[in-house]
Amino acid sequence: MDPILEVKDITKYFPGIKALDGVHLCIRPGEVHALIGENGAGKSTLVKILTGVYSITSGQVFLDNRPIEFRNAIEAQEAGIAAIHQEASMFPELSVTENIYMGHHLRNSKTGMIDWKSMKSSTRELLKKMDLAIHPDTLVKNLGVAQRHMVEIAKALSLDARVVIMDEPTSALTLREVEDLYKIVRQLKKAGKAIIFISHKFDEIFEICDYFTVLRDGKYIGEGNVADTTVNNIIRMMVGRSLDQLFPKAEAEVGKRVLEVRGLSQIGYFKDISFTLNQGEILGFFGLVGAGRSELMRTIFGIDPHSAGQVLLDGKPIALTSPKKAMQQGIAFVPEDRQMQGIVLGLSIAKNITLPQIDAVSRAGVLNAGRERSLTEEYGTAMEIRAAGWQVDADTLSGGNQQKVVLAKWLATRPRILILDEPTKGIDVATKAAVHKLVSDLAADGIAVIMVSSELPEVLGMSDRIFVMSEGRITAEFARAEADSDEIMKAATGHSIQQRETNEGEMEAGMMEAVMMEEEKG
Amino acid sequence: MSDLHDLQNRKTGLVQGSRLVDESSLRERLILLFTKWEVLLSLLFVFEIVLFTNLSPYFFDYFNLMNAAFTFSEKAVMALPMIFIIMSGDIDISVASIISLASFAMGNAAAGGADGAVLVLIGLAVGLGAGMFNGFFVTRLGMPAIAVTLATQSLFRGISQAVLEDQAYTKYPESFSFFGQGYIGNTVIPFELLIFAVLALLMGFILHKTTYGRKVYAIGNSKEAARFSGIAVDRIRFINFALNGLFSGIAAVMLTSRIGSTRPNIALGWDMEVITLVVLGGVSISGGKGTLPGVVVAILLLGYLKFGMGLMNYSAKVMVITTGILLLVAVLIPNFLDMVKANRKLKMQQALNP
Repeated sequence: MDPILEVKDITKYFPGIKALDGVHLCIRPGEVHALIGENGAGKSTLVKILTGVYSITSGQVFLDNRPIEFRNAIEAQEAGIAAIHQEASMFPELSVTENIYMGHHLRNSKTGMIDWKSMKSSTRELLKKMDLAIHPDTLVKNLGVAQRHMVEIAKALSLDARVVIMDEPTSALTLREVEDLYKIVRQLKKAGKAIIFISHKFDEIFEICDYFTVLRDGKYIGEGNVADTTVNNIIRMMVGRSLDQLFPKAEAEVGKRVLEVRGLSQIGYFKDISFTLNQGEILGFFGLVGAGRSELMRTIFGIDPHSAGQVLLDGKPIALTSPKKAMQQGIAFVPEDRQMQGIVLGLSIAKNITLPQIDAVSRAGVLNAGRERSLTEEYGTAMEIRAAGWQVDADTLSGGNQQKVVLAKWLATRPRILILDEPTKGIDVATKAAVHKLVSDLAADGIAVIMVSSELPEVLGMSDRIFVMSEGRITAEFARAEADSDEIMKAATGHSIQQRETNEGEMEAGMMEAVMMEEEKG
Repeated sequence: MSDLHDLQNRKTGLVQGSRLVDESSLRERLILLFTKWEVLLSLLFVFEIVLFTNLSPYFFDYFNLMNAAFTFSEKAVMALPMIFIIMSGDIDISVASIISLASFAMGNAAAGGADGAVLVLIGLAVGLGAGMFNGFFVTRLGMPAIAVTLATQSLFRGISQAVLEDQAYTKYPESFSFFGQGYIGNTVIPFELLIFAVLALLMGFILHKTTYGRKVYAIGNSKEAARFSGIAVDRIRFINFALNGLFSGIAAVMLTSRIGSTRPNIALGWDMEVITLVVLGGVSISGGKGTLPGVVVAILLLGYLKFGMGLMNYSAKVMVITTGILLLVAVLIPNFLDMVKANRKLKMQQALNP
């Protein structure tokens, strides 16, 4: 069958980075096409080109065999390409109808005014066709994550889209909601639409997709029928090496207990969290987006408040009142949102690295250029940051190099406890491997590490112990040896609660409560 | 600047593989220098001096140039802490009203027989108090700076208006007149200009050489990232507002002493003039970018523009229009230059790496 959409040899530059390098993609009608690649492989850039957000540096896009270039998102929409983004980009204060028709309101042909009546009735029809029990007047802020995704899909359908791009649509969905999504994807397929399905989860790819294309480091690697390939094959194409080489967790001697969290709660975010952390240990925290992991770490670092519980360092309770206090206790925190929280984009590499240590590179409040330079060089060099100079602004660096700056700035504080929130999100494969090696080395040096990650292979490969969180609670704990990806996924989606032996009485109680909650729901 | 290039030229420890543009070459360094806003502004200032010197025989005269400083020193003093406010992403549009309030307090005390030193203390204390009042609402109660200072703009001036109505305080002691009218020793250098020079050096040092200044830059670029780096963001912002109030108090002393009277409409409209100086000086209105020397150049540029135009008998309206155009240019040019630089870099990158 003739392709609807074809991408031929496209290249895209950003200042300092070559984001796409000779990429091909061929989408046929009635096909669910998996776009596979690690974070930073160029998937998002490609999607943004297809939806008219970015322009192409070189190469061509063909729609129905005709060359086309979208100058903006509206042109792409009009050409029949719609994207459903990872984090739903909607207007929370507006109704479902308004969201669906935002940008292409129906008008009364006589008066030229917005035709609410027909918009509402066609929204109702759309939702009915998708088997969704949502009222057209509901405000989007009152919908769950899954329902929002469905509304976005409805919007794509209202636009009569022929190519629907779904960017990790299941990352925040429960198993049941994923099934609903599959149903709709199959409907779309039957109707002859083409679907570009971006996912990190292999079971999904094998369940729903027909064809796949793999990208790595912005380059086209290969394509094929899903039915003719294996998971290992795809992984090899994604990372250029096999899985066990990727996560080089070295054996580290686990020392004495440094941190203990007892019954920590924050209303609305997490409840009754208890765990211990030892020297030289890497604790993995796995869960779906919104499980409360980041909020928990922010509280431990003193950024957000807590409503109950305490944190003990070397057996003594510490006050969680400010990041500065946490730093003085030897805690470092690499946050999830690198661009907003991790790094100050408008400052130079040097100024970023010394920022948490600003008092150490000054005397009586006056900056000491020599000390600043030596601290920057010591940690910047160790992290092998690629840049034209230490005075280069951080916003000109690639994601991977920015993350190295963030790591350098926190390692410069010589922490005893290092909390990493999604440390390899959106960075290239080489840097990712470097980060994994670094974290492993740090643990070997006796630093206690907490690593929050949504990538299961990363959690499985790096962690000594794995905690799974779902809806603000720890729902399971696994030792490295007994960790099993199916069990972990189940605990993360709240589908079943892993029962196990534990020394922590409080935690047992917390888990029982979670089980009860689960039963009430069921 | 020299240590910056020193650092770059050492090339120690950096992975050099991705160096796209050799920033150390003379040509690149010249391009870098002459696309700096402060440098462009300084060139404009030199041009202005040459122009007026040719147009009027009275312009380039030591005594006249010094005396002209009386017309801009107070606003110049107010612009210094305003740099910190705007640099950290805040705004304060109540500074002229703080002058009104502080001047009213001084006039009231003078009517009661207070001497010069006491009046100065009262002016500074009222200014500091008003600034802390702003800072409290912005940082403790988390209200937007624009809303808080919009309210206190009315509130502070309203107090002096309510009491004074159409009256004025005009009786100030002899010992008070020096701060706004005096000269240093036997020279023709106004004492006001000395106050500004000393404070400019002090604030420049704080902004560019201390941890406090670095924190202000970090906050202006990203409040959240600064907080995640252990910086007490709200404390710094509070101190900024307090300083802004204190410096308005200093300006109130200078101005009240210079004109020797207090009316409720004293310094009316100065809020925007002070903010104009800061923005024209190259401080980004969204925070995080700019330098104090840039603002000093902007102060001199506008101050002597006014003086020169006065000599040429241009009306005040021409002056206002000129300021408006300059301000638009000040916002446009740096953005335009950034765009050109980014494009140029992208082109070089493609040329090197096809």
